[in-house]
Amino acid sequence: MTINVNPPVAPDTQQTIGPQDYIRRSASSVPAPARQLEPVAKLIDVSKCIGCKACQSACLEWNDLREEVGINRGVYDNPHDLTPNTFTLMRFTEWVNPETDNLEWLIRKDGCMHCADPGCLKACPAPGAIVQYSNGVVDFVKENCIGCGYCVKGCPFDIPRISRVDNRAYKCTLCSDRIAVGQGPACAKACPTKAIVFGTKEEMKAHAAERIEDLKSRGYANAGLYDPPGVGGTHVMYVLHHADKPSIYAGLPDNPRISPLVEAWKGVTKYAGLAVMGFAAAAGFVHMAISGRNRVTVEDDEEARRLAEHAPGAEPLDPSKEPLS
Amino acid sequence: MNMEISRRSFLKGVGAGVAVTTLGAFGFGEAEAAFVEGLRPYKLAGTTETRNTCPYCSVACGVIIYSKGDITQGTAEAIHLEGDVDHPTNRGTLCPKGAALMDFIKAETRLTKPKVRRPGSDRFEEVSWSEALDGIARRMKDDRDANFIERNMDGVPVNRWTTTGFLAASATTNETAYLTYKVVRSTGIVAFDNQARV
Amino acid sequence: MTNSWTDIRNTDLVVIMGGNAAEAHPCGFKWVTEAKANRGAKLIVIDPRYTRSASVSDYYAPIRQGTDIAFLLGVINYCIENDKVQWDYVRAFTNAAYLIKDGFAYQDGLFTGYDAEKRDYDRTTWDYQIGDDGYVVTDETLRNPRCVWNLLKEHASVYTPEMVERICGTPKDKFLRVAEMISECSTPTKTMTSMYALGWTQHSKGSQNIRTMAMLQLILGNIGVRGGGMNALRGHSNIQGLTDIGLMSNLIPGYLNIPTEKEVDYATYISSRGFKPLRPNQVSYWQNYPKFFISFQKAMWGSAATPQNDFAYHYLPKLDLAAYDVLRAFEMMDQGQMFGYFCQGFNPLLSFPDRGKITRALSKLDYLVIMDPLETETARFWENHGEFNDVDTASIQTEVYQLPTSCFAEDEGALVNSGRWLQWHWPAQNPPGDARQDTWIMAQLYQRLKKLYQEEGGKFADPILNLHWPYADPEDPKADEMAREMNGYAVTDLRDPNDPTKVLVEAGKQVPGFAALRDDGSTACGNWIYSGSFTDAGNNMARRDNNDPDDTGAYLNWAFSWPANRRILYNRASADLDGKAWDPSRKLIEWDGTKWAGYDVPDIPPTSNPRDVGPFIMNPEGQSRLFSRGMMRDGPFPAHYEPFEAPIANVVAPAIRGNPVARVFESDREHFGDAEEFPYAATSYRLTEHFHYWTKHVWVNAVLQPEFFVEISEELAAEKGIEKGGWCRVWNKRGSVHAKAVVTKRIQPLVCDGKPVHIVGIPLHWGFTGAAKNGMGPNSLTPFVGDANIETPEFKAFLVNIERSDGPATA
Repeated sequence: MTINVNPPVAPDTQQTIGPQDYIRRSASSVPAPARQLEPVAKLIDVSKCIGCKACQSACLEWNDLREEVGINRGVYDNPHDLTPNTFTLMRFTEWVNPETDNLEWLIRKDGCMHCADPGCLKACPAPGAIVQYSNGVVDFVKENCIGCGYCVKGCPFDIPRISRVDNRAYKCTLCSDRIAVGQGPACAKACPTKAIVFGTKEEMKAHAAERIEDLKSRGYANAGLYDPPGVGGTHVMYVLHHADKPSIYAGLPDNPRISPLVEAWKGVTKYAGLAVMGFAAAAGFVHMAISGRNRVTVEDDEEARRLAEHAPGAEPLDPSKEPLS
Repeated sequence: MNMEISRRSFLKGVGAGVAVTTLGAFGFGEAEAAFVEGLRPYKLAGTTETRNTCPYCSVACGVIIYSKGDITQGTAEAIHLEGDVDHPTNRGTLCPKGAALMDFIKAETRLTKPKVRRPGSDRFEEVSWSEALDGIARRMKDDRDANFIERNMDGVPVNRWTTTGFLAASATTNETAYLTYKVVRSTGIVAFDNQARV
Repeated sequence: MTNSWTDIRNTDLVVIMGGNAAEAHPCGFKWVTEAKANRGAKLIVIDPRYTRSASVSDYYAPIRQGTDIAFLLGVINYCIENDKVQWDYVRAFTNAAYLIKDGFAYQDGLFTGYDAEKRDYDRTTWDYQIGDDGYVVTDETLRNPRCVWNLLKEHASVYTPEMVERICGTPKDKFLRVAEMISECSTPTKTMTSMYALGWTQHSKGSQNIRTMAMLQLILGNIGVRGGGMNALRGHSNIQGLTDIGLMSNLIPGYLNIPTEKEVDYATYISSRGFKPLRPNQVSYWQNYPKFFISFQKAMWGSAATPQNDFAYHYLPKLDLAAYDVLRAFEMMDQGQMFGYFCQGFNPLLSFPDRGKITRALSKLDYLVIMDPLETETARFWENHGEFNDVDTASIQTEVYQLPTSCFAEDEGALVNSGRWLQWHWPAQNPPGDARQDTWIMAQLYQRLKKLYQEEGGKFADPILNLHWPYADPEDPKADEMAREMNGYAVTDLRDPNDPTKVLVEAGKQVPGFAALRDDGSTACGNWIYSGSFTDAGNNMARRDNNDPDDTGAYLNWAFSWPANRRILYNRASADLDGKAWDPSRKLIEWDGTKWAGYDVPDIPPTSNPRDVGPFIMNPEGQSRLFSRGMMRDGPFPAHYEPFEAPIANVVAPAIRGNPVARVFESDREHFGDAEEFPYAATSYRLTEHFHYWTKHVWVNAVLQPEFFVEISEELAAEKGIEKGGWCRVWNKRGSVHAKAVVTKRIQPLVCDGKPVHIVGIPLHWGFTGAAKNGMGPNSLTPFVGDANIETPEFKAFLVNIERSDGPATA
């Protein structure tokens, strides 16, 4: 009979992925990496998801993020949108299937898709603020970020968020710090029903194929994989029961692609803009000055107003120093 | 399916078809610099793992608590918590409550001092453990001696203490429950109950 | 659970009714998704709300809360009518063939023997016909009209699909689809599992809700088999343990009973517990009761428990009532009959029904002691928080002690999961500040009380002074000491009865299991069902071998499962009358010609001939009961009763309100409302983002679900002018709460007995302490009445009214 005790042990902590594995670096070039990492992917099977928000919880805990306690707005979605502290969010949609007249509660985990062809990186004017590893992870390097918001505009999925506290862009890292020690992302580990799984992209596609077969056997004739070609495929993929209509899942783009504007920014405008931004950042009046001219969203005025309220006296957010309670 | 790569090798996947990915797929196994640009340092470095059980529902998921310090010296402090990949039931997974247990352990509203609220007062005041325990024991004895029913009207010994009740917990250990049982039963308390009924 | 979480992987059909496993037990629900993905299993959800469990189901059917018995008797009726019965199982393993006394009958919602004044039955006719040989008379042909099967057939025949629709509001076509899917599991090779929780228990007929499904599972042959069973998903991490250890008014550890005052001495007490077999050759395991009881007395009182004093039988309290349950305790407080109260990790101000009454009752106490790792509303019931706790602080004379305890991360010991696994855990950090372990606190209280009695004398001090306290540090007993004591040990050398020269267990050594316990005082055992958990081999609860040969889900070497490390209860029923597995692909244990063996620890003596010994060894019948004799207060068969507050009258028995034998305190009766004044059917529940009232203290969970709300249909919202995300007020005679409105398609109005019924869903996680927004909850509104058998409050079905509002004044 084996009686186990509780041995004190320390986990392996050696991170083995780094800048040598970059294949892209914003507003700069990188040497071709000496090795090619196996492409990885997170697969989110919407048909297995129970909307429990364990992924949100695990994400906040692993990344030491402190989201504010909000209010109820008559829905289950909380927070109400992605924020600089909420890298991932369950979005709930009550959809009556016109073919069956049955209610379906569509629940989609939103967050960075880690595009093979990343619009954020392409739009980013700050050297090294956004990087892409050869395994497919697209990561933000906070220290190099100037908070211009171009990545927001460049993202076909509306994912990055600019912190009003430190004026830097934040999004899901695919838990690059965990992947670097050989572990999967915190959300995938936590997911109770394994609706979120993580592995090599090839494995994930094979797993998705099995899931799609099962869904078809249950009457979901249009079940399929969401790995949109418009952005070169993604390293976060979905299994959808209604893959013919991605947009019913809280506005998942049917055919995402990088905005043509981003291509334009890649030319002179972008580097000219950079100088302005550098100046503005130094002046501590970053976001409004830049986004007022370069970003075209209607929220800008409001954001600028909030920025003016929060920025001057606000302490920079350092997640590693954020108290847990 | 559990794609978690762990030092503790989990013998079988949770049942789905994908096998555990080789470490090499992640570039694992080559000695590299510990800290690199852009990459957040792995925060569990230098921690101690302790196996525990989630205190919430009855699924009783295995958890691993990562801590720093030395429990025998009174300095151990948890810094992180995750599911135990070896556990047959949860296989490393946790629900939104379990995944946030660190914030339970560290909740601002955790109690750290014995307190008493005096009759009619609008506040708690801190007291020493001795003062609190002596005060409670005194209250118990006075109530028991005043109201204990030794015999019923037919003269049968019944040993009932009906004027103090005890509501036991739902998340304490068996061992706490058993010691509580012994103490409470020895006094003759009959209004003894726990969350099972509710 | 009769089975385990990991066994759910073996099922073909999951029925979630009376629970919401995806939200309340997400990591256990994993095994449902595994069964679906790997076995092609189907999931049916039957619930008043389209829950997150429903969102991943294969079929969803709505039902009005409080009508589950009508639905399930409807399914039983469907199975009988359509011959969807696992006949070999029913004939071999149930009491279908037993003949019932001639006096027994059911009419107009009542069984024979009802006394309206006492709200109770004379149950003498609810029993078997006993033959001259002392055994039950049976008719194996099932032709006799007095046999259980024919009585059941007649009893269930009322619940036609049309009647189910009338009572439950479930459209007939949906009911029939569910009945058809369930009935397919009547073949030996298809199995259904029932996953239920408080959606069944929290009714005035909660026990009968569960019983009805258990009967259906027996008819389908799904008890004792892999992938089957009655799986109660217990709410808290150690509710199973606390119940096993008997922390209830009327229990002794291991489901033994505290005596009543009619049992004046040990001889009287034990004579009513003979458990003589009712059928030939049966085990009737409770015949060992004296061994378990006396071993318990030895653990409690050591050398003070002797054969000469009936092992200190006179130390035990003797009950004058069935139980001093929590509702009675608060009624006594409110009536000025209780002066002191302890809450060890419990928050009754928010957890119990009719908060107004709870506040009133607590205010009448002399002293209240709180032990908790967290702030609780109960500890601060005297503190004014405006609308969220509107009390007159100065007038409350209760002295309140608040003692800080450690939490799980700082504790060592075992918790018992829903599948009866005792799993050991270790502390990872030291408690914060001056917080201490509960064991230390209880030991300190005991030592102080003992000292006071030693110094001052007082009322009947013997049980306190003589309490067995053999711990190395009497001021701070350790977890493993208690665990060893619960397992049991030899007080004196245990000799082989067949060879007295042979010592089986030396004095002071741990016993290997409960079979070693004796009734002569030579063994001590704190809880017989845990015997085997901490033996001379070590702490079996700490085992961590997760090998699972042939992927059965048993995990025999992981932790310890009571009883005797058995993983599936009644596992002998997994094989047919000759001992062959009903389903060879799901073999559990089989008879090899000389003994039972397989993947689990057999539930019967391993050499029992399969045709002699029935699987249900705890029953004197050796078989299971479709007819439960006089064992439940409200009937040997379940019958449909409405909740005490219902939107329609009882269709099958219009004169009866609620459960006719449920206890109602006089002072609460006037606070019941009727449908005219309060037309909406409310129900309370928890959400996946929170755990009761604990996680509002957890920042992350407060973020995920920050604020109190109620859920209503789009139709009701439109009728009342309530907006999505706007405020509304919900009230009845007991209270009034303001809440945000979640207006949703997931709640649909039902039509019951021709009338539209709107449902108001009220989740329960908010209060006035913690990180989440302050809020009220359902228990300001729930009725103070419980289940007829065990007094679990009727939290799941009550009436309210609702209107648009401007929110709480202090929001």
